[in-house]
Amino acid sequence: MKDNGTYKPLTYFQLMEVSLRELLVEKGVITEAQIEEAVQDMRRRTPERGASVVARAWVDPQFKQRLLADGPGACESLGIDVPKLRLVVVENTPGVHNAIVCTLCSCYPRMLLGIPPDWYKSRNYRSRMVREPRSVLAEFGLNIPEEVQIRVHDSTADMRYMVLPMRPPGTEGWSEERLASIVTRNAMIGVAVPAA
Amino acid sequence: MQPQFVTQYASGVAPCFQVGERVRVRKAAPPGHIRTPFYIRGHAGTIERLCGSFPNPEELAQMRDGLPAQPLYRVRFRQKDVWPDYRGSDADVVEIEIFQHWLEKA
Repeated sequence: MKDNGTYKPLTYFQLMEVSLRELLVEKGVITEAQIEEAVQDMRRRTPERGASVVARAWVDPQFKQRLLADGPGACESLGIDVPKLRLVVVENTPGVHNAIVCTLCSCYPRMLLGIPPDWYKSRNYRSRMVREPRSVLAEFGLNIPEEVQIRVHDSTADMRYMVLPMRPPGTEGWSEERLASIVTRNAMIGVAVPAA
Repeated sequence: MQPQFVTQYASGVAPCFQVGERVRVRKAAPPGHIRTPFYIRGHAGTIERLCGSFPNPEELAQMRDGLPAQPLYRVRFRQKDVWPDYRGSDADVVEIEIFQHWLEKA
């Protein structure tokens, strides 16, 4: 790293990371280039991937059926590789609102949404989303009417979840690309809904 | 179309619960790495789907192979059953993945 005069001591976990990484390289287990490639690969995964899947589902009912029945297969048909990711896509409807949490750690559909936001990993979100989802959603600015069922999905094991939001009114005739532009990361976690 | 998942591991353990069946999560507190959250232990819910069979995470955490793979279900619980003072609709639910060895007939 280039020293630009803003030196701060490493934290415990940063030191652990540097030590382990340097040891693995020194012992020839992995190379610097492989680490760099893995980091770049992680950065290339962004919520735009998930948004393109949602937009396709909005315009293509057959694709939507497949996505809900077989998430990984549907993503692969769009050229999005989701190896080892057992994706479950849950659909919002006028009567059902879905939201995702991992109360045990921070399981997240990284292949489609990239790196999770810090709040998703916070103890506050993880403990309260499952206990008082309506209050938490209200704090995100989302007031779900009493007659709409809330389904909270706790990703405790091998599945990963993505919410398929409802296509908002006023988007008739929009291109897939334009539709994808209104699908936010938070909408695919279920703490927001897309607006035209 | 019903949700389908490929069972990636040859399961030595046959699934013994059907979709829609009532089950109860075992109320136990064994030591180690457990993927069954505390808050749901002892509660009854309904099988939403069978997700397939996966190596047992409690065994994986001990550096063992986790085989035979255990059937994994998604179980749906009424929020008002889980949290007696839950504020929200009677219809609200929480859905959780739970391995078969943590479930018994309700």
